[in-house]
Amino acid sequence: MIRSEVIKSLLPVFADHHVVCNIGLPSQELHLMGDKPTNFYMLGTMGLSSSIGLGVALAQKEKVISIDGDGSVLTNFGTLPTIANNVADNFILLIIDNGSYGSTGDQPTYAGMKTSLTAVATACGCENVIECQAEEAPATLQKAIDSNKMTVIVCKCESGNIKVPVITMDPVVIRDRFMKSLEARNA
Amino acid sequence: MSIEDKIVADLVKHRIELVTTVPCKQLAGVIEKVDAEPSIYHIPSNKEDEGMGICAGAFMGGKRSAIVMQNTAIGVTINTLVTLTQFYRMPLPMLISYRGELGEPVACQAEMAVHTKALLAQINVPTYHLHKEADVEELDAILAYTFMCNKPVAILTDATFWNGY
Repeated sequence: MIRSEVIKSLLPVFADHHVVCNIGLPSQELHLMGDKPTNFYMLGTMGLSSSIGLGVALAQKEKVISIDGDGSVLTNFGTLPTIANNVADNFILLIIDNGSYGSTGDQPTYAGMKTSLTAVATACGCENVIECQAEEAPATLQKAIDSNKMTVIVCKCESGNIKVPVITMDPVVIRDRFMKSLEARNA
Repeated sequence: MSIEDKIVADLVKHRIELVTTVPCKQLAGVIEKVDAEPSIYHIPSNKEDEGMGICAGAFMGGKRSAIVMQNTAIGVTINTLVTLTQFYRMPLPMLISYRGELGEPVACQAEMAVHTKALLAQINVPTYHLHKEADVEELDAILAYTFMCNKPVAILTDATFWNGY
């Protein structure tokens, strides 16, 4: 399975949860397959999906799932100690690890070589770190949601992309509808 | 009231409930006060762009936030300021130690000091420079302005403001 297939398989599990989605193809795929106000699409700033998601989780009560990539986590490695030391039990970091920088042409990442993000997250102090294979992603995510514990999931999948259009929605619209959805849910 | 106490009192007055910090010797006092303030969740960041991501998330989650950082980080946060904070129109007060100004003992700090205001001006970040201790009185209005216009706003605080090193 490639990342777009993993995201597709997760749509019923995302359900009406709030999702912060990584820049580039992951956001474009999520937007194409299941656009809704509970999705926050990153249009810039590679690496910050986990930081944005943690901020949302710390500020309010609803569950937040950050979809990240192995390349993006490598870009913002400092995020893992911050997450480990600021536990938000309504936060799930889902790293879709295809061992490559998918949005830029599938250049290999170190996560596909010697570096294990699962081991790194654990070493950083994250308490619930689960590595799974692509096929196990829906069940693993559902279990993490049901556990009500901050969880880091490293989902291993194959490298590869489908053709998807860019997101043309205005960033302020993306942000505003996401905020309004959160506000309504927290009311 | 010390300037550190006044700064934290203004953060509280403007309902800032999450502050992320990356340390600077000049900011040590204010970071300590932020950490001790019960109405503020203090979350140290490992890098300033990471902190800006956390602040963006907190804002979307309904909490006002701020970042405390050194001016040397302006270079590494340009992309985040432009493509996250500004592009999505989010407010972000940035309390910045303005290293490399008069009284600076470390020559290398002057290298980034000469670019600080030019870089902020280039990306249209409203920038205020607190030079004398009494300038702290402006912080209240600067914070009100930041949340009025939904922009990142830079508050540069130099060595003279902090009364030396």
